[in-house]
Amino acid sequence: MTASTSSSWVRGLVRGRTAVIALPFLFLLLFFALPFLIVGKISVSEMDGLAFKDLFTVVDGTVQLSVKFSNYVFLTQDPLYFKTYLSSLQYAAITTALCLFIGYPFAYFMARARSSMQPALLMLVMLPFWTSFLLRVYAWRGLLTEDGWVSDAVIGLGLDHVLLAFGWISSEGMLMHTPFSLVLGMTYTYLPFMVLPLYSQLAKMDLRLLEAAADLGATPWVAFWKVTVPLSKAGIVAGSMLVFIPCVGEYVIPELLGGPETLMIGRVLWDEFFANNDWPMASSVAVVMVLLIIVPLAIFSKYQAEATERGR
Amino acid sequence: MSTPAFLQIQNVVKDFNGTKAVNNVSLDIAQGEIFALLGSSGCGKSTLLRMLAGFETPTSGRIVLEGQDLVALPPYQRPMNMMFQSYALFPHLSVWDNVAFGLKREGLPKAQTSDRVEAMLKLVQLSQFGQRKPHQLSGGQQQRVALARSLAKQPRLLLLDEPLGALDKKLREQTQIELVNIIHSVGVTCVMVTHDQEEAMTMASRVAVMSEGRFLQVGAPGDVYETPATRFVADFIGSANLMDGTLLVDEADHCVIACADCQHHVGHGITGTQGMTVAVALRPEKISLSLDKPASDFNAVHGTVQELSYFGSFTLYHLQLASGAKLKVSQANTHRHRDAALQRGDVVWAFWDDTAQVVLTQ
Amino acid sequence: MKSRWTTWFGRGWLSAGYLFLYLPIAALVLYSFNDSPIPNVWRGFSLKWYVALASDEELLAALWLSLKIAFFTACGSVVLGTLAAFSLVKYKRFTGRTLFAGMTNAPLVMPEVVVGLSLLLMLVSVQRLLGFPERGLMTIWLGHLLLGMAYAAVVVQARLSDLNPQLEEAAMDLGARPHQVFWLVTLPMISQSLVAAWLLTFTLSLDDVVLSAFLSGPGSTTMPLVIFSRARLGLNPSVNAVATITVTVVAIGVVVASYLIARAERQRLRDIVTAARP
Repeated sequence: MTASTSSSWVRGLVRGRTAVIALPFLFLLLFFALPFLIVGKISVSEMDGLAFKDLFTVVDGTVQLSVKFSNYVFLTQDPLYFKTYLSSLQYAAITTALCLFIGYPFAYFMARARSSMQPALLMLVMLPFWTSFLLRVYAWRGLLTEDGWVSDAVIGLGLDHVLLAFGWISSEGMLMHTPFSLVLGMTYTYLPFMVLPLYSQLAKMDLRLLEAAADLGATPWVAFWKVTVPLSKAGIVAGSMLVFIPCVGEYVIPELLGGPETLMIGRVLWDEFFANNDWPMASSVAVVMVLLIIVPLAIFSKYQAEATERGR
Repeated sequence: MSTPAFLQIQNVVKDFNGTKAVNNVSLDIAQGEIFALLGSSGCGKSTLLRMLAGFETPTSGRIVLEGQDLVALPPYQRPMNMMFQSYALFPHLSVWDNVAFGLKREGLPKAQTSDRVEAMLKLVQLSQFGQRKPHQLSGGQQQRVALARSLAKQPRLLLLDEPLGALDKKLREQTQIELVNIIHSVGVTCVMVTHDQEEAMTMASRVAVMSEGRFLQVGAPGDVYETPATRFVADFIGSANLMDGTLLVDEADHCVIACADCQHHVGHGITGTQGMTVAVALRPEKISLSLDKPASDFNAVHGTVQELSYFGSFTLYHLQLASGAKLKVSQANTHRHRDAALQRGDVVWAFWDDTAQVVLTQ
Repeated sequence: MKSRWTTWFGRGWLSAGYLFLYLPIAALVLYSFNDSPIPNVWRGFSLKWYVALASDEELLAALWLSLKIAFFTACGSVVLGTLAAFSLVKYKRFTGRTLFAGMTNAPLVMPEVVVGLSLLLMLVSVQRLLGFPERGLMTIWLGHLLLGMAYAAVVVQARLSDLNPQLEEAAMDLGARPHQVFWLVTLPMISQSLVAAWLLTFTLSLDDVVLSAFLSGPGSTTMPLVIFSRARLGLNPSVNAVATITVTVVAIGVVVASYLIARAERQRLRDIVTAARP
């Protein structure tokens, strides 16, 4: 008699395993994957009053398929939509770059601080993160309107002329509802998302590697670029994806801090749905948005999978 | 043998996606033995141990303990317990609760559990440490808790996974002896896995040398050391000088083998054909050194001292022979001050008895 | 190895960064005590906005609803997230694993407008077919659960993959059946991360605007939605008052938690020193 893996206790283990995986898997399939398919379907449906017609209808005994691709055609042809997609990607990219520029040194110095200080420093970053983001974005309105602290500071330093020259604001003294206020708001909100993964990576780095580099003749500046930065690549990727992807589809910040010239696709989707009640249109906008971010999404997913492997 | 062995491993194979980690091994282990599976990493010893414990299922083969086929039993129902390499003490439980963990799963009455735990802690001399948590103990203490925990359920078989791996040298020597004493006093049969030959030879009553999923030799430590069956075993256990040679004479009571630098006269016959290639294994401590040429032409070679390594209690000399081969000779430093100590560059004669060699045909 | 320049530069950068992070919060808190309803014009110290909050029916009702949803979101997210984390860490191969991993991580970054829209459209389709569910508390909870599960999975996964697998094997070796291993060994060891996941998803749900907007129905307005509609209209000091209270509560929570963790860590280090002494 040969031993086989069909002993009853092994089968019991497999059954248990299936149950554990099945519950979250089914939940996600039902409430995450299936809705996407439905969005796809609706994006090619006709509008029927306040709702949408079914794709398949039975008319006089025959099944009719009414698929409308005009939404997609419209999206690709209308220059406004194209501009909005492009603009969303641009703002997201700028925000990511700013978060990286501010956030990397921030995380770096946090990780290099005295180890007794680090928990406190981390807590001080977590605190805004845990406070309602809506309220903090709202606070920027107060800071950027006329007589707001930041507004006064910027105008006082004469920086508003610089911003005007770059096209970031449209008129002197008016800092609200401009590209400037939008990017400021997004950078502010998403900064912790960049700092935390970076800090986590940098704190884990073996400082003896820097000692080895110094021993081999590298100056601190060279060691930073040749040793520290490459080793923190995973953190950079994670942080960048955590900022870039949601920024593309942001709604709240553009609505509160953006203006008529800051075209963001998240607002367009919202307006199509809530203002125009055009569900198929909103769906097509969503589908194209997902297609735009699918590459960064794949990168992020790959990073997460690798992070799990590394953790073992 | 009419009664079957205590533990029988019969033709066990473990196949991981085409790689056979354990390749058809069979073994009988008697009750009360301490048996060591010795090999370097990747040889399959840990996989075999895990199959005994129940964490892996054999692809084919049987494992029978006291007549009961184990494969049908999950790990939590097997009458054996394991001491893990990392000790695996539950960090959120106290020492007392750690040791009591297995007993509580059995549903024993509280009084009985309590008695057993106290007895175990006394056995490993940690009675005062019952309320401490694992991170409040030193490495050696943690190991003793792990041992107490694995013996608490009075298992029929105790499995040890690299028991001394995490300890430093001094602690290791001490612990080796303590461990064996405890195992003997409890009387439990024990299978241990290690890559450290010292550990295997000092602790075990029988040793199996494993490589690439197979047993190369099974026997008492002395037998395996003095009578290795293959070149691999000869080289793996301790160190050996291996010389290839041709069989010149083969009689019932002696044989002569011609090697590149010398001729061996071996005090026993081997079953072989004249002219066949054999290897002769010679342990460094079996060789003596002299500046004068020894009487016999056999079992002697002269060479130049190329290297010497001083180990305190003995010195290891590396001699360069005429053919370019190296000979390792170890000499115990029996005198405190040796005026006649050998130096690099000295030319010496190395010689040995005709009982010192092991002739290997594999 | 650090030059003085680096130290000062570092301190400067960190200070500027923290100033940036806390400036809006400071402004919020300060102007919540402003006697004048016109922002940025300080007229005097007053608590009138806090007093007004007590009788703000709309906001209080919305707060209660949000707390309820947040509570159930947190509980559900921890359960689903732990199951998902468990699946990904323990089971290296099963059909659809890549898809599963992708779906577990995607809500972390997917723009909420997309998630909200798609979930809503599905619920409406189901409603047309089966007659339920009506948009309301349940549907908002569902959306928050989806998001929360992703966050909880990340937090639990990090801790779970750090665990020594030999601990669970040891438990089985000593006679614990698989479910006992989970309750007696695995769970206690990940308990801290479960608490962290609970708090994180609670906060997330409490703060969510977009998903709630898509998935709410008449009579189920959450607090963020109330604040959002007021914020859109202009600056409103009652919002400042809410903000200050929120900040205070969160600050106390974070400080207490950090203190407790630091204290436990110090105790642990002391224990290791005690152990090293013979």
